[in-house]
Amino acid sequence: MNFKKQFVEGLLTKNPVTVQLLGMCSTLAITTSLFNGIGMGLAVTIILTCSNILISALRKVIPSQIRIAAYIVIIAGFVTIVDLAIQAFLPDLSSSLGVFIPLIVVNCIILGRAEAFASKNGVLASAIDGICQGIGYTVALIIVCVIRELLGSGTFGGGLLNNGEGIRLIPAQFPAMQIVMPVGGFLVLGFVLAGSQWLMKRLDSKK
Amino acid sequence: MEYMQVVIGILISAILSENFILVKFYGICPFMGVSKKTDTAIGMGMAVTFVMAIASAACWFVDAKILQPLNLGYMQTVAFILVIASIVQFVEMFLKKFVPALYQALGIFLPLITTNCAVLGVALVNVQKGYDFLQSVINGAAGGLGFTLAIVLFASIRERVDKTDCPECFKGFPIALISAGLMALAFMGFSGLKIF
Repeated sequence: MNFKKQFVEGLLTKNPVTVQLLGMCSTLAITTSLFNGIGMGLAVTIILTCSNILISALRKVIPSQIRIAAYIVIIAGFVTIVDLAIQAFLPDLSSSLGVFIPLIVVNCIILGRAEAFASKNGVLASAIDGICQGIGYTVALIIVCVIRELLGSGTFGGGLLNNGEGIRLIPAQFPAMQIVMPVGGFLVLGFVLAGSQWLMKRLDSKK
Repeated sequence: MEYMQVVIGILISAILSENFILVKFYGICPFMGVSKKTDTAIGMGMAVTFVMAIASAACWFVDAKILQPLNLGYMQTVAFILVIASIVQFVEMFLKKFVPALYQALGIFLPLITTNCAVLGVALVNVQKGYDFLQSVINGAAGGLGFTLAIVLFASIRERVDKTDCPECFKGFPIALISAGLMALAFMGFSGLKIF
């Protein structure tokens, strides 16, 4: 069990968003405030860990011909549980994430990890993999969220800090509204990916 | 007459002002993954449009005739994804048997459609907005056409962008995302478009 290696892979060298480019729909769509980013990241981490555990526990029982269908049913079950829990306990989060919570079912990160990792490794390793990949996803979401929120609404921690108003860093008349709109999602993620590619190159050349 | 206006409104807004990819962010994975060549982009777009129209119809039936009468609304996600997976499988078998030319052209893209969030997304949105049968099918088909429009335009841009000399760290996905952002900026021009 190489926890440290898995952690570094999830966070940096095999980050699901910046390196594997999985789960782009939610990364682009919901990253408009810190609250959304953390909520979505946690939801995905929980679902990913649970489905990784169950799939790796059942990996010898599921016939390989129908494995994808079986994985999707398992994932959809966990997504429904989390969706109902969020609707019950965090109605604000539920209304701001909207249809993107049920859409976690088809988030490629979860099916991708099930196929690439959980179906080949033991329960404990799969659980750790789920947590590490989930953290990597959450961190990437938070970075995109912070940039978009700062440039687009001029605040930090919207939905969470200061009674949900967020801490205002740029006066209300200046921020570029387009950044919290779809356009900004593509642009900011493009620059974040470029930054991460640059960072990886730097790290490689130092070795 | 008023009903027709609503239907036409759904059609136009799903293609342009509420474009599934550039405004609503459904189906970004195939949008980024299958847009390196214009030909394959057209194939993917056709397949998605086809599946989205059928899936909208089937999911409407499942929801209105099975889940709602039995008060099983909370099973929506599970039921819809199963319906979509079986439709994709069925379409694949049908095309293989009866239209082998199209099956060859679509190839690997057909099974991938199951995990395209545009398909599940449109089914969920249809229920959320309370569309009836015809409106759901129109919304599905128009969403698919919007997807095709965006992916074909994007593929033709990307063919040229890939040849340009951009900074090392922007090569590949980053520059593609930024091009998509500029396309989304253009599509924002449609956002004031209110038909009725």
